[in-house]
Amino acid sequence: MNTQLLLIQVFNGLVNGAFYAMLSLGLAVIFGMLRIVNFAHGALYMLGAFTAFALGQALGLGFWPALIIAPVLVGLLGAALERTLLSRLYGLEPSYNLLLTFGLTLLTQDLVKQVMLSRFAVSSAPYSPPEALSGVVNLGFVVFPKYRLFVIALSLVVCLLTWFVIEKTRVGSIIRASTENPSVTRAFGIDVSKWVTGVFAVGVGLAGLAGVLAAPIYSVEPYMGAELIITTFAVVVIGGLGSILGSVITGFAVGVLAAVGAAFYPPIANTLVFILMFVVLLVRPSGLFGLPEGAR
Amino acid sequence: MTVLPRAAAQTDRERTTRAVWLAGLGLLLLILPKLIYPVLALDILAWGLFAVAFDLLFGFSGLLSFGHAAFWGSSAYVTASLLSHGQSVPVALLGGTLSALALAVPVAFLSVRSSGIYFSMITLAFAQMISFLALQWTDLTGGENGLQGFDRPGFLGMDFSNSTTRYYVCLALFAVGFAVAWRTVRSPFGRAQQAVRDNEPRAQSIGYDPRRFKFTAFLISATLAGLAGSMYTFGHGVVSLEVVNWRTSGEVVMMTLLGGTTTLFGPVIGAGLVLLLRDQLTTANLPVGIVTGLVFVLVVLFFRRGVVGTVQQWTRRR
Repeated sequence: MNTQLLLIQVFNGLVNGAFYAMLSLGLAVIFGMLRIVNFAHGALYMLGAFTAFALGQALGLGFWPALIIAPVLVGLLGAALERTLLSRLYGLEPSYNLLLTFGLTLLTQDLVKQVMLSRFAVSSAPYSPPEALSGVVNLGFVVFPKYRLFVIALSLVVCLLTWFVIEKTRVGSIIRASTENPSVTRAFGIDVSKWVTGVFAVGVGLAGLAGVLAAPIYSVEPYMGAELIITTFAVVVIGGLGSILGSVITGFAVGVLAAVGAAFYPPIANTLVFILMFVVLLVRPSGLFGLPEGAR
Repeated sequence: MTVLPRAAAQTDRERTTRAVWLAGLGLLLLILPKLIYPVLALDILAWGLFAVAFDLLFGFSGLLSFGHAAFWGSSAYVTASLLSHGQSVPVALLGGTLSALALAVPVAFLSVRSSGIYFSMITLAFAQMISFLALQWTDLTGGENGLQGFDRPGFLGMDFSNSTTRYYVCLALFAVGFAVAWRTVRSPFGRAQQAVRDNEPRAQSIGYDPRRFKFTAFLISATLAGLAGSMYTFGHGVVSLEVVNWRTSGEVVMMTLLGGTTTLFGPVIGAGLVLLLRDQLTTANLPVGIVTGLVFVLVVLFFRRGVVGTVQQWTRRR
C-alpha cells in the first residue's frame, strides 16, 4: 500500500469522521438530556443542506450566510417539533420517541423530494464551495482539497466548543443538573422545560450545520441523511450513548478506521463500523465511554 | 369470593370477542383474492405474518427490534436461491424459514443481553451487516440486481404460476404461523414472557430467567418472520435488496402499531391497511412517504392502541 494513498484515505476518513462526530454529538446531547433517540437527526442534517441550496436558489445567498442561517432555521424547527410533538411522549417508553422521529424522517424526506422536484425541477443538486475555499492545499506530504480541510477544522472547533460549554460553564452545569435531577433543578427556580427545548434546538442545529458543510462535498438530495443516520447510531453505540467526548472521539476514529480499511478492501467501508460495534458490544455492552446501563 | 363469577363472566365475554375476531379475520382472508388482486392479497398475508412475528417480540416481550428485516430478508434470499437451484417449493420454503432460525440464534444470544434503546440499536446493526452481506455476496443474492426468473415447479398437482393458487398455499402457511403465535402467547411460556416484560425483577425473583425467555421469544419471532419472508419470495418470484433494507424493519413496526400491539389480529389488519393505502397512493401517483410518515406520526401521538386495540377497548367498556 502506497503511503501517499494511505494518507489521503486518513484525511478523507477525518472528513467523514467530522460528520459522524457532529451528528453523534448532537444525538448525545439530546439523548443525555431528554432521553430521546432522535431518528430524525439524519433528515434534519439533510434539511440543513437543502436549506443552504434553497437559500442560494431563491435568494441568491451564498455559502457563508447559509452556514449561519440554515442551522438556525433547522434549530428553530427542532424547537417547534420538541414543543408540539415530542413533549407529548415524555414519560412513555423511549421507543415511542424513536418511532415518532422515524415517522418524521419518512415525512421530511419525501416532502423535500416533492419540493425539489416541483420548485427546482431537480432530484439532486450540486452545491459549490465558496470561492475562498476552492482549490487544493499542498501540505508537503499530501495534496488535499482546501474545503475538506476547512470542514475538519471547523467541526473540531464546534465539537470542542460544545464540550467546553457543557462541561466547564455555568450554562453547562444547569443543563447537566436538569438532566440528572429535573425536580431538584426546578426547585432552584430553573425552568427545566425551556432548557430542554433549547438543548434540543442546539443539538438539531448541529445536525443542520453538518448538513450545510456536507452540501459542497456530497450532492444535495432528499435521502442523503438516511444511510448516514444508521452509521451515526452505530458510532453512538460504540462511543456509549450520552457521552459527549466519547461521541466526538469515536466519530473521528470510526471515520478514519473505515477509510483506511476501505483502502485495503473497498467494500468494507460501510460495514466496518457495524463490525466494530459488534466487537465493542461483546466486550463492553455500554460502549467505550458509556456508563453501565444500570447507572443511567 | 363474590369476585369470581364476575371475573368468569368477563373471561367468557373476552373469549367470545376473540372467537368473533378470529372468525371475521378468517373469513376475510378466505375471500380476499376476490376483493383485491391476488398478488396484493398475498402481500398482505406475508407482511401480516411478518408483523405478527414482530408483535410477538415487541408486544409480548417489550423488545423493540429495529432489525427484523434481517430474518425476513435472509429467508427471502435463501428461498429464492433454493428455487433457482431447482429445488421444490416446499423445500425452498422450509429452507428459507430454517435459515432465519439459524441466523437468529447468535443474534438473539448477543442482543437480549441489552434492553431498551440499546436492544433496538444492536438489532439494527446486525440487520445492517446482513444487508451488507446481501449486497456483496452476489453469487447468492444477485447483488443490486436481485434474483428473478426462478422456477416455482408445481407440487401435488398445484400450478404455482397461478397467483390465486399461490395465495391459498400461503394462506395455509399463514394459518400455521398464526396458530404458533396464538399458542405461544397463551401458553405458560407466553404468560411468563409477559411477566418478564411487565416486571423483570419480580419475574426473576420468583425464579424465571428473563434472558432465557427473551432468547426463546426472539427465536420464535425470527422464525415466523422467516416463514413470512419465504412466502413473500414465493408470491412474487423476485427478490431485491429492499428486503434487507432498514426501511423494511421500520415498516413492519408501523404496521404493527397501526393495527394494535399485543392483539395478534392487529398486526394483520395493520399490514392490510398500510399495503392497501400504498397501493392506492401509487396508482394515484401520490408521494407514499409523506402519507405513510404522517400516518406513523399520528399513530404514535394519538392512536397508540391501534385499530384493533381501540375497538377492543371500546367493546370491553360497554
